[in-house]
Amino acid sequence: MARNNQMARNNQKDWRSRRDVLKVAGAVVGGGALARLVVQPAAATPAMMEEAIRSFVGQAAIKKGKVKLNIPPLVENGNSVPCTVSVDSAMTATDYVKAIHIFNEKNPQPYIISVALGPRAGRAEFSTRIRLADSQTVTAIAELSDGTFWSDGADVIVTLAACIEETTH
Amino acid sequence: MIGRALVHVPPTAKRGEVIEIKAMVAHVMETGYRIGVTGKPIPRDIITQFVCTYNGEVVFRAEFFPAVAANPFLSFFTVATDSGTIAFSWTDQNGTTKVQTAAITVA
Repeated sequence: MARNNQMARNNQKDWRSRRDVLKVAGAVVGGGALARLVVQPAAATPAMMEEAIRSFVGQAAIKKGKVKLNIPPLVENGNSVPCTVSVDSAMTATDYVKAIHIFNEKNPQPYIISVALGPRAGRAEFSTRIRLADSQTVTAIAELSDGTFWSDGADVIVTLAACIEETTH
Repeated sequence: MIGRALVHVPPTAKRGEVIEIKAMVAHVMETGYRIGVTGKPIPRDIITQFVCTYNGEVVFRAEFFPAVAANPFLSFFTVATDSGTIAFSWTDQNGTTKVQTAAITVA
């Protein structure tokens, strides 16, 4: 993250010499922090994730279990992280999974993907590839046809964050 | 711009069988949070909706946010009910839609 901020600062101030940038970054720590505030898009916080979850779930209770979020615990590249969510459900006409949502704590936005399925799915499972801007907890929430919500969380360590600068090569 | 779509549907299936469907489309999924080499933010350009229909009936829908990786990939399941067409459609933030279809024969 710090490395990204440094790179972002360098991009912002490309009219300066590299030495100037380093001098500024090294000497004026407060100034560095300010530049970071300006350059970096506001990252979501766990509180924002909670709010985002509530916007989908309402005031219903969210129970742990039934849902399995399968995501590698250590990823090298945050730009494309494979993940699979499966829900323990019979998927019959009367007992099925209506929707599955994935949320994160530290990307610029707390939302990742939201899918709607029904008894026609046969199996309550899907896979996709997501972006993660930092090491964080990813949460999957499933809404069942009986109105209950179930969740699972997974901690992911990201070594190369999903980039916030354009690649120059 | 929505690029080429790649979908995988088993060509034949038994009636009632749960089949896996894979769908991917070429798209940058630009988040809108990245700073370009000129120092200006790169504008957001994402696909927001994905819909899969089986003989016209919606079997799977997804809403994408900027945190979905470039060239969005999805794999999911459905029950093979009848022979026919499985259609996939991706819609971007400007309302442009890309449609791809695949045929399935159910015995």
